[in-house]
Amino acid sequence: MHGFAFDIAHLLAGSLVLVSLLLLYQDRMSALLNVFALHAVLLALSVGWQAHIQDAPHLYVTAAIALIFKAIIIPGGLRRIVKKLGIHREIETVVGIGLTMLAGIALVALAMVVMLRATAGADPLAREDLAFALSIVLLGLLMMVSRRNAVSQVVGFMSLENGLVLAATGAKGMPLVVEISVAFSVLIAFIVIGIFLFRIRERFDTVDIGALDQVGGERG
Amino acid sequence: MTMAVVSELACVGALLALGALAVALARFAAASRLIYGLSFLVTSVACVVAVLALAAPASEIVLPLGLPWMGAHFRVDALTAFFLAVVNFGGAAASFYAIGYGAHEEEPARVLPFYPAFIAGMNLVVLAGDAFAFLLSWEFMSLTSWALVMSHHKDAENRRAGYVYLLMASFGTLCLLLAFGLLAGADGGYVFAQMHAHQLSATLAALVLGLALLGAGSKAGLFPLHVWLPMAHPAAPSHVSALMSGVMTKVAVYAFIRIVFDLVGFPDWWWSVVVLVLGGVTAVMGVLYALMQCDLKRLLAYSTVENIGIIFIGLGLALAFRANHMDGAAALALTGALLHVLNHAVFKSLLFFGAGAVLNATGLKDIEKLGGLIHRMRITSTAFLVGAVAISALPPFNGFVSEWLTFQAVLLSPQIPQWGLKLMVPTAGTMLALAAALAGACFVRGFGVSFLGRARSAAAAEAQEVDRFSLAAMTGLALLCLLLGILPAFAIDGLAPVVQGLVHAQMPRQLGVAWWTVVPIASSRSSYNGLLVFLFIAFSASMAVVFIHQLASRIVRRGPAWDCGTPSASTATQYTAGSFAQPIRRVFGSVVFRAREAVTMPAPGDGRPAVLNVSMTDLPWDVIYDPIRDAVNAATGWLNRLQFMTIRRYLTLVFMTLILLLLVLAIW
Repeated sequence: MHGFAFDIAHLLAGSLVLVSLLLLYQDRMSALLNVFALHAVLLALSVGWQAHIQDAPHLYVTAAIALIFKAIIIPGGLRRIVKKLGIHREIETVVGIGLTMLAGIALVALAMVVMLRATAGADPLAREDLAFALSIVLLGLLMMVSRRNAVSQVVGFMSLENGLVLAATGAKGMPLVVEISVAFSVLIAFIVIGIFLFRIRERFDTVDIGALDQVGGERG
Repeated sequence: MTMAVVSELACVGALLALGALAVALARFAAASRLIYGLSFLVTSVACVVAVLALAAPASEIVLPLGLPWMGAHFRVDALTAFFLAVVNFGGAAASFYAIGYGAHEEEPARVLPFYPAFIAGMNLVVLAGDAFAFLLSWEFMSLTSWALVMSHHKDAENRRAGYVYLLMASFGTLCLLLAFGLLAGADGGYVFAQMHAHQLSATLAALVLGLALLGAGSKAGLFPLHVWLPMAHPAAPSHVSALMSGVMTKVAVYAFIRIVFDLVGFPDWWWSVVVLVLGGVTAVMGVLYALMQCDLKRLLAYSTVENIGIIFIGLGLALAFRANHMDGAAALALTGALLHVLNHAVFKSLLFFGAGAVLNATGLKDIEKLGGLIHRMRITSTAFLVGAVAISALPPFNGFVSEWLTFQAVLLSPQIPQWGLKLMVPTAGTMLALAAALAGACFVRGFGVSFLGRARSAAAAEAQEVDRFSLAAMTGLALLCLLLGILPAFAIDGLAPVVQGLVHAQMPRQLGVAWWTVVPIASSRSSYNGLLVFLFIAFSASMAVVFIHQLASRIVRRGPAWDCGTPSASTATQYTAGSFAQPIRRVFGSVVFRAREAVTMPAPGDGRPAVLNVSMTDLPWDVIYDPIRDAVNAATGWLNRLQFMTIRRYLTLVFMTLILLLLVLAIW
């Protein structure tokens, strides 16, 4: 049973990393949002599986939160924003997709090396989980760094947060209140960022954050 | 027995209350007299209490202030009591002087509130019994004195002085903070008693010594950390200059003694080499700078640097003897240093009062424009002359006694086993002698050019003697210079408990010796009787006057009218400060100041006068401070770019840092 549970957890966490790489690969806004929803669904599955094997019913709540907020509400909201702003086609990457993918693969390798070495002697399930979670966090950061569009930066941020939740659920005994507060903070971040997107758009007719830099004050 | 510490703290509280009162009253014309008068009373009481506490056992009190688990410790032991006496004596003298002098202040509201607070701050530093109280008071002292330096802020030079002072003060506090951190160790025993018990490894102890030299030395004015001192001290009103030069530098000396002699534990012998070198260089450089100055107050400020060097030579000697368990000799050297602390507080206050009086009477600081003041300001001139003789270490005044004691300690150096010290101590002694001789030249120049001869400007020709309070303060200090010089035994015996507490030995008791003779080691070796010297000088000088009057003055002589060595009627033909300093500048200046002289001769037939240009550079600025400033400027200019990056670049920066750290972790 243990081997099987481990394999399934491994499979789900691994798929999350894979979907993170998929996120990096997308060059259309609507596709990006779909993949992000898939990311959140996989997270919900993974957390649910953890709840099952750890016998921790409160993790089901976490899974439900992930499913409802991150797989349905936030992607839905982002879709509306994208439609309203009429930017469902544009994605401007800073460096080429291929280079970004290579960097992403390197980051996954780095996360594996660091985590497997740092957690030597820990529970193998938690080890793998943490290594995958760190990869997802790094990939999320890479996404935020390598995109110019504010919406895709939001998506990068959300996927980064997914990685954090994955890491947290892998560790046994995380209290529910932490989960809920994290979920809320993400929701609030989403709302704030959403409002800001509209404000930016109103002012500058674009959500390219480069436009913000032009009003960043006088340059030394 | 906590009487002493409680009453000292009460005095500090009264001074702080005076500061607050001054804020409320500064608009009224009478406020100046009231505040200075009350400050005089409070500091006098504090001084008397401190003198009485000299021989009393240590007392300590913990106030529920500051850190909740520690409180604020205040403590009076013999060392504290001595420095409290010096601080409050200087404070009382300056306050009394300022009752008269303060009336000339243009903007009293800028001086009055900070003045009592400054004295309170210095008292608190000395009273502090833990590192937090100490550093807090230290910063308070620095800030209030900075405010006083900036009281004449309309002058751009004063603003620059204030800026440099603030920078150096912050640097000094940082060093002291680190020193206390090391002394407290990992357990965080920040009370001085805990630090005293805490044993440091040799490396850490040496580090503490270095930090104490930097931290206390920057406040005291050790070369090359002295650069702020000649800028800031003259910028303040004269009575504050007297406090800063005469007293605040002593608080820094206290900090050094407290850390190095008390808290850090037993010294290594090579520590003394460092202290001796720094002290010697400071003494010689300070007086050389002083010799080149034309601003009277700046000259006095540089002379403070010199005297701090002399004090540090004494402290270095004490360290050298103590490291070799020669406790009697250490006591002698330390007594010399502490006595010089007291003496310098007395005569430097006197000299700054004199400079303030001259400034008040003439509005001039430049000695090249003064001259002939001895005819117009007789009492000020006499008092200034006494101060000048005392600071030049000439008998029968007090400066001689402390330097003589230090020399006696130097003469004991052949008994030291280490060859490094055997060579170093006489070198330091030579530098001390050189500094003393140059100080003599410096004050002959300072006094002679400003007070003797004929007035070089209308302002100097029409100078009027200053008010009674100022005169009384100066006369009192001048008398004290004489008293401490002819009866030093009282001061030396008074210092015995202080020295006993620091090096566990003391000088032989002096008051029992017949005719108040000072016998530092044994009467077969050396002794000094100030009273005898004074009587001899007084007698021989009066006899000389009588003989000259009787034999020479009556004889009729014929000569050119009004030609006393200056045949021209123009005052410009007199010996000037510049011409007096020129030979010394020629000897030392080319190396120390990189002085260059250039004569521009007009072509024959050209009517213009020839011009002699002397350029001097300040070595510490060129070698240390300017490069540091350039480096900081370059670094900030470079960092400034970080201020204007795009959001994505900020994220990239964070991301890259994270990746870099992870890589380090992976490769480690």
